[in-house]
Amino acid sequence: MTATEIPPPDAALSPAGNPLGFGRMLRKEDARFLRGQGHYVDDLRLPGMLHGAILRSPYAHARIVSIDTSAAEAHPKVKAVITGAVLETLNLAWMPTLSGDVTAVLATDKVRYQGQEVAFVVAEDEYSARDALELIDVEYDPLPAVVDARHALDPDAPVIRDDLEGRTDNHIYDWEAGDAAACEEVFAKAEVVVAQDMIYPRVHPAPMETCGSVAHMDPVTGKLTVWTTTQAPHAHRTVYALVAGLPEHKIQIISPDIGGGFGNKVGIYPGYVLSIVGSIVTKAPVKWMEDRSENLMSTSFARDYHMHGEIAATKDGKILGLRVNVLADHGAFNGVAQPTKFPAGFFHIFTGSYDYPAAHCKVTAVYTNKALGGVAYACSFRITEAVYLVERMVDCLAFELKMDPAELRMKNLLRPEQFPYTTPTGWEYDSGNYPAALDEAKRIAGYDELRREQAERRAAAAEPGADPAAPLMGIGISFFTEGVGAGPRKHMDILGLGMADGCDLRVHPTGKAQLRLSVQTQGQGHETTFAQIVSHVLGIPPEDIEVIHGDTDNTPFGLGTYGSRSTPVSGAAAAVAAQRVKDKARIVAAAALECSPDDLEWEHGRWYVKGDPSKGQTMAEIAMASHGSLELPEGVEGHLDASVVYNPPNLTYPFGCYIAVVDVDPQTGQVKVRRFIAVDDCGPRINPMIVEGQVHGGLADGVGMALMEVIAFDSDGNNLGGSFMDYLLPTSMECPSWELGQTVTPSPHHPIGVKGVGESATVGSPAAVVNAVLDALQLRHADMPFTPAATWRAMQGRPLRPDLAIE
Amino acid sequence: MRVTMKVNGQETTAEIEPRLLLVHYLRESAGLTGTHWGCDTSNCGACTVWLDGAPVKSCTTLAAMADGHEVRTVEGLADPVTGDLDPVQQGFMEEHGLQCGFCTPGMMMTARALLDRNPDPDEDTIREAISGNLCRCTGYENIVRAIRWAATHQTVDSQEVSA
Amino acid sequence: MQTPAPFEYERAASVEEAIALLTRHGPEARLIAGGHSLLPMMKLRLARPETLIDINGLADLDYIRVEGDQIAIGAMTRHATVLESAVLAEHYRIFAEAERVIADPIVRNRGTVGGSLCQADPSEDLSAVFAALRGQVVIRSVEGARTVDLGNFHRGPYETAVGDGEILVEVRVPIRTRTGSAYEKVERRAGDWSVAAAGAFVQFGDDGSIADVGIGITAVGAEHFTCAPAEDLLRGRPPTAEAIEEAAAICAASCHPSADQRGPVDYKRHLVGVLVARALNRSIARARGEAA
Repeated sequence: MTATEIPPPDAALSPAGNPLGFGRMLRKEDARFLRGQGHYVDDLRLPGMLHGAILRSPYAHARIVSIDTSAAEAHPKVKAVITGAVLETLNLAWMPTLSGDVTAVLATDKVRYQGQEVAFVVAEDEYSARDALELIDVEYDPLPAVVDARHALDPDAPVIRDDLEGRTDNHIYDWEAGDAAACEEVFAKAEVVVAQDMIYPRVHPAPMETCGSVAHMDPVTGKLTVWTTTQAPHAHRTVYALVAGLPEHKIQIISPDIGGGFGNKVGIYPGYVLSIVGSIVTKAPVKWMEDRSENLMSTSFARDYHMHGEIAATKDGKILGLRVNVLADHGAFNGVAQPTKFPAGFFHIFTGSYDYPAAHCKVTAVYTNKALGGVAYACSFRITEAVYLVERMVDCLAFELKMDPAELRMKNLLRPEQFPYTTPTGWEYDSGNYPAALDEAKRIAGYDELRREQAERRAAAAEPGADPAAPLMGIGISFFTEGVGAGPRKHMDILGLGMADGCDLRVHPTGKAQLRLSVQTQGQGHETTFAQIVSHVLGIPPEDIEVIHGDTDNTPFGLGTYGSRSTPVSGAAAAVAAQRVKDKARIVAAAALECSPDDLEWEHGRWYVKGDPSKGQTMAEIAMASHGSLELPEGVEGHLDASVVYNPPNLTYPFGCYIAVVDVDPQTGQVKVRRFIAVDDCGPRINPMIVEGQVHGGLADGVGMALMEVIAFDSDGNNLGGSFMDYLLPTSMECPSWELGQTVTPSPHHPIGVKGVGESATVGSPAAVVNAVLDALQLRHADMPFTPAATWRAMQGRPLRPDLAIE
Repeated sequence: MRVTMKVNGQETTAEIEPRLLLVHYLRESAGLTGTHWGCDTSNCGACTVWLDGAPVKSCTTLAAMADGHEVRTVEGLADPVTGDLDPVQQGFMEEHGLQCGFCTPGMMMTARALLDRNPDPDEDTIREAISGNLCRCTGYENIVRAIRWAATHQTVDSQEVSA
Repeated sequence: MQTPAPFEYERAASVEEAIALLTRHGPEARLIAGGHSLLPMMKLRLARPETLIDINGLADLDYIRVEGDQIAIGAMTRHATVLESAVLAEHYRIFAEAERVIADPIVRNRGTVGGSLCQADPSEDLSAVFAALRGQVVIRSVEGARTVDLGNFHRGPYETAVGDGEILVEVRVPIRTRTGSAYEKVERRAGDWSVAAAGAFVQFGDDGSIADVGIGITAVGAEHFTCAPAEDLLRGRPPTAEAIEEAAAICAASCHPSADQRGPVDYKRHLVGVLVARALNRSIARARGEAA
């Protein structure tokens, strides 16, 4: 199907009142969640199940002198105490990361960040396991910690990774993209060049459910079953097979209901492996659930990019080029989860939504004494950082040129006729109408009226006797281009596993269907949306289509849900599978109707004879016939099913324009987001209700990152964001009532034109809020998060470093 | 020590350690895993249940403190006889007030308590009432709408139930 | 999740029984009311009392009532009750304004006035409120009851005048006429502890000058959660903008904030000045019967 053939949302309703395909439909999964019948990992109880707890390092960097576990082992309820030394005997003390490095399962030589795993206790209950942690005596020899990434490459910096042979510094890699020479030329001649340093600070996805697992190695059958919080069950199975040398066909990964992921549940954490080891050692099922501090301090953080951007332009605001140097803080191990060929993820999409020829980026990654991670929190493999960089740089340019940032953007946005468009760093944007999205956002916001109000307020504030507490009004725009649906197998793999996804569709004899997916919902509503995709193609009511996922024994292989890839990749697989079933149904219908398949025409849910609509077969009739005794043409097997592996030809490129309106208290620095307008274009919306929900969540993320979320470290490497008292998530009070709009530009290469939307708002929204705050303050730049203190200090011209302890 | 408490109208009892948190009593002793936990510092509200009619954070309440008292959890929201959803539950479904479902039970217990005290709260009142319940998925918009939905459907539904 | 270390559990049915249990179990016993300060510390295993004495059964300590020229607030009064109290709203708006920004609505259902004061967190809000109002606490032991001025109650961070074998049973504040009060808090996010907060009451005399004034400040190391020199400066003076500014500046200069992730010292000090001035100005407006 090409883009122009995308049908409008299907009008017909199923017997249950659901749309037969696209349209607003209440979620199938809600029934269990609303009654408290969701089934999360921590809800699992198995006979004889034991409980694990992890002893973690209080130090950011220290040599382990000795570990005495004897008192813990003597605890009457303790079944096992596992240390790095024990794991070494099993060759399991270290495991590979998703980025070609290794990471410790339990520390053997040194601890390299505060919160690193040191020992694992298995006990009869969780309380006892935690009691026993206090009985383990570890002697540490503290070492100086590398905290400030900007000093990680200093000649006298302590070498963190002395476990790696020949390692004499904390350098991980240099990587670049684009054309440095072309940039040189453009920047040398440009009328205007604006340079700006900025930090995208370390943040955390912090899903409401922490990470955990229940592992059961059946000592009789040798089968390992792991119920675990994973966004990628199949990838996890393969990694466990590789790490532990276990036979892959004897591993079953079950990802039950997941309480939010946002990239936090892509990685393989030591706790998961330890629950498996614990089960092997004790021959009983072992549950491990991290607490909130463990989650924030040790599992995958996000961002931590120190960026230096330079933008070149003409005096009248035509952008000519953008270049950026990045210092990437990867923590103590390089554990970034991203396609192998792209060590900085998709950061080199930083040219954004604009038309200019010259771009270059260089990324230098370093080790520090912090937890590992980097790609998480709905970042689309670092497009969040890229969008923040370009949208800040464009605003910096507007600031220097004294131009309206909307006007500057409109002047430089790519035009619809330029698509498909190849960017200076090599991405091929599939489709877009960017000016329309900007116009629509301005229309909803009442942009000109807002600017008028702002001008009036500024004039009033300049009057003698003006109220010194009168709020400063700011308007911020962010225009983003996302790249999702990773990805084409020849370019994209993780640990050698190509990023294609499988899908099996079976239509049962009575016409009801089951769809098996490799991707894993963490709240996105796959059970509903994917049923709608199949319904859209086949006309089977969505309530008659069961979506099965999250169980490697019962679903086809695929890489899972992250990077907004479910709809672009598995959604395409489901659409193609449904199309294959539809094609086969035509042959079966033709046999039943004793005509040629070419004589049949399709209406929603039914093949009928051209010119004689009364003569036809519904999908239910065809399903029964295909399982019955009807004689089928030579070479056509019975039954009605299809199995697909979808290898996306390209990413899809959703885009959007966001406008934030803020009020800043000039005396206290408090920021209030008054309004937030979000226009998203993710192609046709399968279920508009679910799409809007995805956008809402991401917008709250933007408010969080812009105003409060950050993990800083003190000079000893102590994590200063290690609980929900310290790592602040936005509440209902900080979030405004979101105002959404849309434009619809289908993807030309996706079978049903859809683009994916899960991370768009998280990617696009932080820059809008930050731009609004800086617009209010009439400053060119200061780093987020704009806590009251940070805002006030920015106003004083003495901005805070968000990554370090406030002194 | 032995504790006895009514949970959703049913008498429950168990021999427990005094340090057992109410959230663990509900999940482990009473087998009601609809009540979740999401932090250790009483910030997230995923563990919100009612104690003697008022929402409390069950991760920061000892089971011993609930001994002899009445507790209501998400499993006690729907009509115990007909199984019909409470208007709050229905509202969360109608307005897509949940995604991953993890904060939902606590959020709904807070919402039900709000509506019992204030049957027609405006948006600001709702936002303030749920400010101790964190949600990472919805950006709160549809939760506010869900509670408004329940506010506007309370009468209708109770009539339907009584009919 | 994090779990407390083991402890013995006792339940008191009366103040006398609570005192007897405290006496019997000694200094390693702790009273527990709402538990929202103590239990998180116990889960982190930073606090590990040997015995917890549950006083949630002391319903007779849950009251807000006028007694002569004072308002008496029972120690077991929940924050939610304070927030909604008509008696307090009639006399002192500062209570509702402070309570509305203490933790969150669910925590306020459980946390108690006595528990908050006895925890004596240096960022606690009610300490500033009672300091501003110059309240008194009533502490009981086997020896009987004694009354302590708020100014002598806090002995330092997490330390109070409540000794071994003692229980705080009541807080009292004097009722004042021609008075307005207000509370101002800056927090990083709803439900967070104060970056800084200030409360005040202002009472007018017949001549329109400030007859009496109280200032409460929290989270910034203000001695006894107040600033007596600033109060002294205002007392007897007309409520001019200059006087307010001067008093606010004294408060800002005399507090001892420490830097943390809520803000650097200079910002907190600046904030004290802003918030004290705002609280005073709104108190003045309210004392005059103006909307504020």
